[in-house]
Amino acid sequence: MYSHLCVVINKHIMKVTFKIWRQDSPKSKGVLKSYETDGISEDMSFLEALDHLNEILVAKNEKVVAFEYDCREGICGQCGLFINGRAHGPHEHTTACQLHMRSFKDGDTIVVEPWRAAAFPIIKDLVVDRSAFDRIIEKGGYISAKTGTAPEANAMLIPKEIADASMDVAACIGCGACVATCKNASAALFTSAKINHLNKLPQGKPEQHRRVLDMTAQMEAEGFGSCTLTGACEVECPAGISIASIAEMNNRYVRAKLLG
Amino acid sequence: MKLDSKIPEGRLEDKWSNYQLKSRLINPANKKKLNVIVVGAGLAGSGAAATLAELGYDVQCFCYQDSARRAHSVAAQGGMNAAKNYQHDGDSVFRMFYDALKGGDFRSREANTYRLAELSAPLIDHYVQQGVPFAREYGGVLINRSFGGVQVERTFYARGQTGQQLVLAAYSQLYKMVRAKKVKMMVRHEMLDLVLIDGKAKGIIARDLVTGQIKRFAADAVVLATGGYSRVFRLSTLAIGCNGSAIWKAHKRGAYFAAPSFTQIHPTALPQTSDSQSKLTLMSESLRNDGRIWVPKDKNDTRNGNDIPEEERDYYLERRYPSFGNLAPRDISSRAAKERIDAGHGVGNLKNAVYLDFKHAIERFGRDVIEDRYGNLFSMYKKITGIDAYKEPMKISPAAHFSMGGLWVDYELMTTIPGLYAIGECNYADHGANRLGANSLLQASIDGYFILPNTINNYLEDALKQDHPGVDHPEFDKVEKEVKSQIEKIMAVKGSRTVDDFHRELGKVMWQECAMSRNKQGLERAIVQIKQIHAEFWKEVRVTGTDNEMNSELEKALRLADFIELSLLMCTDALQRDESCGAHFREEYQTEEGEAVRNDEDFAYVSAWEYNAGDFILHKEKLEFEYVQPSVRSYK
Repeated sequence: MYSHLCVVINKHIMKVTFKIWRQDSPKSKGVLKSYETDGISEDMSFLEALDHLNEILVAKNEKVVAFEYDCREGICGQCGLFINGRAHGPHEHTTACQLHMRSFKDGDTIVVEPWRAAAFPIIKDLVVDRSAFDRIIEKGGYISAKTGTAPEANAMLIPKEIADASMDVAACIGCGACVATCKNASAALFTSAKINHLNKLPQGKPEQHRRVLDMTAQMEAEGFGSCTLTGACEVECPAGISIASIAEMNNRYVRAKLLG
Repeated sequence: MKLDSKIPEGRLEDKWSNYQLKSRLINPANKKKLNVIVVGAGLAGSGAAATLAELGYDVQCFCYQDSARRAHSVAAQGGMNAAKNYQHDGDSVFRMFYDALKGGDFRSREANTYRLAELSAPLIDHYVQQGVPFAREYGGVLINRSFGGVQVERTFYARGQTGQQLVLAAYSQLYKMVRAKKVKMMVRHEMLDLVLIDGKAKGIIARDLVTGQIKRFAADAVVLATGGYSRVFRLSTLAIGCNGSAIWKAHKRGAYFAAPSFTQIHPTALPQTSDSQSKLTLMSESLRNDGRIWVPKDKNDTRNGNDIPEEERDYYLERRYPSFGNLAPRDISSRAAKERIDAGHGVGNLKNAVYLDFKHAIERFGRDVIEDRYGNLFSMYKKITGIDAYKEPMKISPAAHFSMGGLWVDYELMTTIPGLYAIGECNYADHGANRLGANSLLQASIDGYFILPNTINNYLEDALKQDHPGVDHPEFDKVEKEVKSQIEKIMAVKGSRTVDDFHRELGKVMWQECAMSRNKQGLERAIVQIKQIHAEFWKEVRVTGTDNEMNSELEKALRLADFIELSLLMCTDALQRDESCGAHFREEYQTEEGEAVRNDEDFAYVSAWEYNAGDFILHKEKLEFEYVQPSVRSYK
């Protein structure tokens, strides 16, 4: 059934054991289960190795492991796995879909768990509910402008430094690694990235204070923890967003409280 | 049914304003009474849902992902075209229209393609206002770069993440309207069928991907914004979840499917390394601005790229197409790569790639400039391949990428089913037989933000006066029953092969016979093979788990069942079109130098296929060219 997987040219083939969190539903009890696999090639992405495991499970008439993915090129932010105790696995600034099996050795045991945070309840196995992020965006992660009301684009000059700095934080892919890796399960990096993306730009200024206050209030209401500036988040962030962004948000928050 | 494209009267440049003048309007108080379903939340879907909600309609928006921000528009890297002429290099709306029409090898409607160019400039204004951090000069003005198939610089970009930034803008506007309670967002819901009442689109049946529950949703109009179907090849640059099911179900309910075989193969993706691969990663076309494409002249050359001296390299695009060089359009670049690879000059372990080399650009501009322009692409390349492309040339290869084909729509973007619209990549409208780079984000956005919200009134004005059937209508019972029985049937097969195994088999047939080059025998063979795959699938597929839980195998199986049927139509279409045009290259119709030979006398029409109980009936929409006379498409 999956014999084709062994036909890999010039590639090193490995055996690895996955220890994977299996949980049937949000309320049921989860457990780590071990699965031995063969025929893993070093060129496979981590998610392809899980595909491979799932084909083995189907062959054995078992339920497949539920895990998230979509673009598989590091930009959609849908995949998110805690791999051997690290968000998105052993490398910095990398999504799980861009992690390759060449980062592991033959005979390795790899522990795979879902994001763990009170605000990200588990739906099934490795899949969590990150809709809290959408609700934070809903509270002001936009510019209130209706379609059809825009002035000529070059009428508003935006210095390159500002546009670049805005782009640095706008690059957030919304994966939730920052929350998963934070001991407080804080969403400060995510929230600050959106606030700073818009508040740096002249277009974002009219709503800047309200944006900071509303989005941070929602962040707290969702049950995310407080930021204690450990810096764990910036290590894992696939978009390389720095915790300086959180400091900037805090600064904006104080100004919004005073001026808003 | 006679196809009525509803092209407005008047001069080309007046058609859209003439249309808007004559289109019927609905007053704001009445818009509140109307409900629109939007399926898909990428650039087209989010833009449409947000704008319709701003106008006052009640909107329900669906996506299969966990959030609208994931939609695959997010992956477009290089940029978006607009006829702003900021570079003062001779650009204009007409030139942009001409480039797109010629790029599409004269297989699209003039009026649609002109509108695409016409609305491009206000779209840039729109996105800047929404906070998209486009690249800028030190003086604060917007920067442009060049893309394939054009000789001006009209592409706007946000590093190598333009699609992501536009999606985030559209998604944020969508959630602005969620907050305003004008949009109900249904994430993790997949449309499984369309409900027609008295021949009009009045709702959908969707599966809740978390609980497996089958649900009914009623509306006064349904908008499909479900993207492309290139996952039919299995290996493609698309997201794994991208599928053709919504448009296929609509097709089976009566919507004509136009030019299904027009699929774009992108020249610069990462080569396949093994059978277990699930996707091919795209490397933006923008790299061809500075990168030079070549293969070794000697096909037995086993040296590393850097060790091969200049005189032993064949820069085949520059050689064959001197005036466009490395920026030749995608279909032409892909075919030229295939030609060299097939002739044995491919590089890499599997000899299935060509080089994309930045050595000269780095020598000329310095590494810093190249890093500023393409830094994230180079780092992505390194993450995936482990190779530093600042030091050695990238290896790239063609991959399935974009569907020009899709549901046939008229000038209003309505399908042949009244009240059913198709926007963005899932329709066939503006790109003809080949889409130019950086026109995809453009088309999706314009369809969603600017066109649909201006055309849907024209239909809904009537709907206002009619009944608003609810989900208890007998048609909903009937369609829901069919959906459930399809699911039960697939679960009951309990065969011996995985869904992915069938998908690999289908993908190989389609890649072999219905991709970069096609021929009669191959297509006939493919049709036989696909029918066998179809029969085997329904005998041997195995889906484990149950249908009342989150079950990725079931989701994949349902999508693949539709892909198998769709692939039959693609081959049927490719076989019927006895000419070469754009991405559709029939080996029987080529010059001695291997260039495509188009046949305007017999094929200057859009093929619109009607579903007829497992078979397909061809309808032709003749293309009239009033403003640009079709010529031989040359990039030499």
